[in-house]
Amino acid sequence: MYDTIGIWVGAFFTLAIYSFLYKENPVYRLAEHLVVGISLGYTMVLIYNTVILPKLLEPLFAGNHWILIIPGLLGLLYITRFIPSIAWLSRYPIAFIMGTGMGIGFPLTMKAYVLRQLEAAMVPLYESGMPWYEVFGNIVMIFGTLAALIYFFFSKPHKGLFFGTGSKIGIWVIMLGFGATFGFTVMGRISLLIGRIQYLLGDWLHLIE
Amino acid sequence: MRINWISIPAALILLMIPSLSAAQDSVENLTPTDDTVSEVVTEDAAAEKTEAQPAAGEPLLEPDPGLDTPGVITVQDKPNNAGDQLVVTFEPAVNPEGIQCYNVYRRIVGEVSEDAWNLVKVIPADEPSEFIDGYDPEYPIEPGVLYEYRIASMSLEEVEYFGPVYGAEIAAEGEWFHTSKVRLLIAGSLFIGLIFYYFGKAQRGTKMYLRPIAGIEAIDEAIGRATEMGKPILYVPGISTISDVATIASLTILGRVARKIAEYQTRIIVPNYDPIVYTVAEEVVKQAYLEAGRPDSYDQDSVFFLTQSQFAYVAGVNGIMMRDRPATNFYLGMFYAESLILAETGSLSGAIQIAGTDAVTQLPFFITTCDYTLIGEELYAASAYLGHEPKQIGAVKGQDACKAIVMSLITLALVLGILDLVANTHTLDWLRNLVTVSIVE
Repeated sequence: MYDTIGIWVGAFFTLAIYSFLYKENPVYRLAEHLVVGISLGYTMVLIYNTVILPKLLEPLFAGNHWILIIPGLLGLLYITRFIPSIAWLSRYPIAFIMGTGMGIGFPLTMKAYVLRQLEAAMVPLYESGMPWYEVFGNIVMIFGTLAALIYFFFSKPHKGLFFGTGSKIGIWVIMLGFGATFGFTVMGRISLLIGRIQYLLGDWLHLIE
Repeated sequence: MRINWISIPAALILLMIPSLSAAQDSVENLTPTDDTVSEVVTEDAAAEKTEAQPAAGEPLLEPDPGLDTPGVITVQDKPNNAGDQLVVTFEPAVNPEGIQCYNVYRRIVGEVSEDAWNLVKVIPADEPSEFIDGYDPEYPIEPGVLYEYRIASMSLEEVEYFGPVYGAEIAAEGEWFHTSKVRLLIAGSLFIGLIFYYFGKAQRGTKMYLRPIAGIEAIDEAIGRATEMGKPILYVPGISTISDVATIASLTILGRVARKIAEYQTRIIVPNYDPIVYTVAEEVVKQAYLEAGRPDSYDQDSVFFLTQSQFAYVAGVNGIMMRDRPATNFYLGMFYAESLILAETGSLSGAIQIAGTDAVTQLPFFITTCDYTLIGEELYAASAYLGHEPKQIGAVKGQDACKAIVMSLITLALVLGILDLVANTHTLDWLRNLVTVSIVE
């Protein structure tokens, strides 16, 4: 019984959202406001049950994690935004989050986006026994990386043989990469659409198995 | 032909009588004469009866022979951490037959209760017999605490056969310096040093050139268009957190854009996904109106929090686009699967669109649906372009110097690779080792 109601509600809201493809209309608006409101309420309950309760309140009331008072108080400072005279206090938790985020993020970014990429680009063009397509792949990768880096030089005009031609090749390489990414992602989206159609035709209308 | 049904069970009973008689004889034959032997046999028989005797109605099971258990367990402190991990190695069972996996249990030395044992790891029988203990947040390793371990071989029927208990001779200890991150420290210091060098140079008044970027130059034009049309400007700062570099870059640009909007007396709409980004965005816009000398024009409802659910956020922003019909849409920050839905709706609404992100998978969607797109680092450089502040221009110049170092190293590797091929040396490996950092620390 409840499953059937769930399927009908799901089908109605799927069609309500798809009705936007025609134009913005009251049915879409109903679905939009419901999904925004429900998602917000759901997120609040989720955060309370997965973060505030198990990671703050329970250990704190267990009496052996007094250090948690500090992040708890920092979090409470956000509420000072509702009191204009002390609203400036809410900047402290924001500063703390930004600072720690940058501090933790810097070495990770340096490692993942600089050193690991640099290491991956340091390959020999040819080694004995290497098939021709791998040699070609290495040439494209090394020169493509160099050309793309030239494109991202902001302090030099893109003129002349090195910066001019280099940046032109660079943007071609970037666009070819984007084309491949586009195709790959579209394939993923098509599978999502197929999933929704299967839901409508199978679970709801029972037209397909 | 008529069957006499009563005769069948009667015949079966008659057939069973000799076998029952034979069984009685065998029990009599086992009865020892000596008392000692009798005791042993009686005990063995009792044991056999316990293991092999099935419950009524169940099939008779073979006696369980037991499984081999793992051997010696050794525990070492894992270096370069906060004292919250131990490396546990054990000798796998000599006879692995019938073992599904090894269950590793741990408890603090001195605790005697059986309940104190915590299952910290399940290792399939065919996997390496070494693991790092301390990853499970439910059962953390405390620095300076001695633990003891025992490992059970688990059969296919999920019966555990425990090996002996081994106490760790050392406790986990934290270190102040992560020795395997020296390369990261050197590279990071070099890059930061270069940025600060050009930063200082720009502050001292050195003129620095920045090449034009179409997407950034179009920002003023887009704001002007919205002003002329009397329509609002929509600014989407992405759906990532405040710690994301793209979000920070987006908020810096928001400040510049909001200042222009305040000067032109146009309306801005900033729907937010993340509550913390929302608070920062609100401050940034408020400050921009103050700097523009128009604090009274600031609308409290222009910056608001929508929801923290990805597609609900998209539904909300799409609704705003179709109802308020903004003349200009900015999508600057970090985006995921919602990028195409947002930009396509914006395109349908007829707005001029400027996007910018460092999400490689989303850039193609923005390129195909927006009028201008800031690709990757162009987003970071945009605030320097808009502000024309010497410090920020110096930072962009410093980043260019970092890219030059990376390019030089790749070119050097190319040359060394050719040298290795011609002279049969291994210089490329040497260079690669200089920049190699381990994936898992």
